[in-house]
Amino acid sequence: MNQRLFVKGNEAVAMGAIEAGCRYYFGYPITPQSDIPEYMSRELPRREGQFIQAESEIASINMLLGASACGARAMTSSSSPGISLKQEGLSYMAGSELPGLIVNICRSGPGLGGIDASQADYFQAVKGGGHGGYHLIVLAPHSVQEMYDLTMLAFDLSDRYRIPAMLLGDSVVGQMKEALLPHSYVRPDDLPTKDWAVSGKGERKEQNIVKSLYLGDGELEAHNWRLHGKYQALREREVRFESVCLEDADLIVTAFGSAARIAKTAIRMAREKGLKVGLIRPITLFPFPEKVFRQATASTRRVLCIELNNGQMVEDVRLSVSRDAEVFFYGRPPGAGSLPTPEELCEQISRYCGEGS
Amino acid sequence: MTESLQVFSRPRALKDVPTHFCPGCQHGTTHRLVAEVIDSLDLQGRTIGVASVGCSVFLYGYFDVDVVEAPHGRAPAVATGVKRVHRDRIVFTYQGDGDLAAIGTSEIIHAANRGEQLTVIFVNNTTYGMTGGQMAPTSLPQQKTTTSPYGRDVASDGHPIRMAELLAGLEGTSYVARVAVNTPGNIIQAGKAIRKAFEVQVRGEGFSFVEVLSTCPTNWGMSPLSANERVAAEMIPYFALGTFKDRQTAG
Repeated sequence: MNQRLFVKGNEAVAMGAIEAGCRYYFGYPITPQSDIPEYMSRELPRREGQFIQAESEIASINMLLGASACGARAMTSSSSPGISLKQEGLSYMAGSELPGLIVNICRSGPGLGGIDASQADYFQAVKGGGHGGYHLIVLAPHSVQEMYDLTMLAFDLSDRYRIPAMLLGDSVVGQMKEALLPHSYVRPDDLPTKDWAVSGKGERKEQNIVKSLYLGDGELEAHNWRLHGKYQALREREVRFESVCLEDADLIVTAFGSAARIAKTAIRMAREKGLKVGLIRPITLFPFPEKVFRQATASTRRVLCIELNNGQMVEDVRLSVSRDAEVFFYGRPPGAGSLPTPEELCEQISRYCGEGS
Repeated sequence: MTESLQVFSRPRALKDVPTHFCPGCQHGTTHRLVAEVIDSLDLQGRTIGVASVGCSVFLYGYFDVDVVEAPHGRAPAVATGVKRVHRDRIVFTYQGDGDLAAIGTSEIIHAANRGEQLTVIFVNNTTYGMTGGQMAPTSLPQQKTTTSPYGRDVASDGHPIRMAELLAGLEGTSYVARVAVNTPGNIIQAGKAIRKAFEVQVRGEGFSFVEVLSTCPTNWGMSPLSANERVAAEMIPYFALGTFKDRQTAG
């Protein structure tokens, strides 16, 4: 296992999922994520797993719901328009407190849009997406290694909190090849038993029921408070982020996923020019690193948010920073056909950093 | 001196609770038939039910088996996920006509076509019951509902879908039958068909499907007895009873 591999981000997701004990994949082809079902269709039957190419994204998310209700580690993957179709099932999984991994290798929209890299599904991912008011656990990898590692983390967090987890990538991190250091993680047989799962009553006295319908007086409110409590626990315990050079920064750049890769190069260029700029890269988009921003902006009052959309995460940044911090935004709406260059971002950093000051 | 002998009792797979169904509704009868089969084949401990949306969503309140609830129309997909994890369990869905023949058409056709090892109980009462009697894909021509107040016009609303015939034509199905629960004789036949459908799954022989013609006296605006008469007079002539596919018989 300790062999460096040169693989695509999408393949790293599939490899990470299998290493995390996932043996059930349900999906429907869509660019730019089809490497994932292709990998799974090849590898799962060799591991006594199940691969189903469903008739639709709607069917595949509901197959995931069924497999997850049985306590299995299971996943689906898709890209933006397909994720929209999965929202119904996602809401039901959230309401039924079911774990499971949903991978969104985003493309640009709205509508059919295009297949170029985009982060325009941020709202849909972190604000619920489906009906009823819920959250997913949302992780945003920015490298092939993270596509692998965060897939494993997503399964763990999802199981621990019984909340569906989404891995939010895009066609850059999905399609690019990089070195990956795979490592063994968990054997399916060693995963904790889920005593709430449906399995056939057997000798159990009480039946197990997986449902989202609560009609009794006060039942649904109590259910929703319980879900809310889990979201609060995530905010307290499960925030992940990367920070770079915050100590002496005059400006904090924030970006996630592939935008953060370009931003990192731009920051390096800006530092070489003597500009004091640092980075906060949220790895968990939900829970959002609110406290991190609040603490960092107690001393550094300027934040530049860079996204591959026309401004979505910037709203969460504005809600998180200390009261008198200024938040600026630089982004490209979906469909620009090209990504911002490091030089372009460096220029923006210079603008907000107060070059020469 | 006489000894009392209990000759009739509630199936073990059915909980001892009053049902919420309307007077004359035949979900209770159909629930009982399914539960009797689960008992007689000794399947209670390894059966998983998939509840759908509509009047049948409360499946878990009546059946004493593990149950997972599916979104509207998606029960065959949910059941597919369940069965692929638990290959040795008996998985059944219980779906109404709006659920199975409208919003869930894709899911039922593809689960059947894949030959999933599932049993589907399809309750067809030609209307949307829980939402208040709207037109279903199975509503008969000229049938008045809250959304076909002038009667179903096939020229604009299309024709009632015969799901049993449709599914019987798919390679993946092993057993497909249509029954009714409007008379004691038909109830006995329905029980036999449901038993056969479960036996097909127990033997691992593929996808089995039983369409149950049923009443909705409340939304039909009929007494339970006249509702039963409607099943005989109007529904059975359009939705013929019988076995449309039995792979075992066919050899």
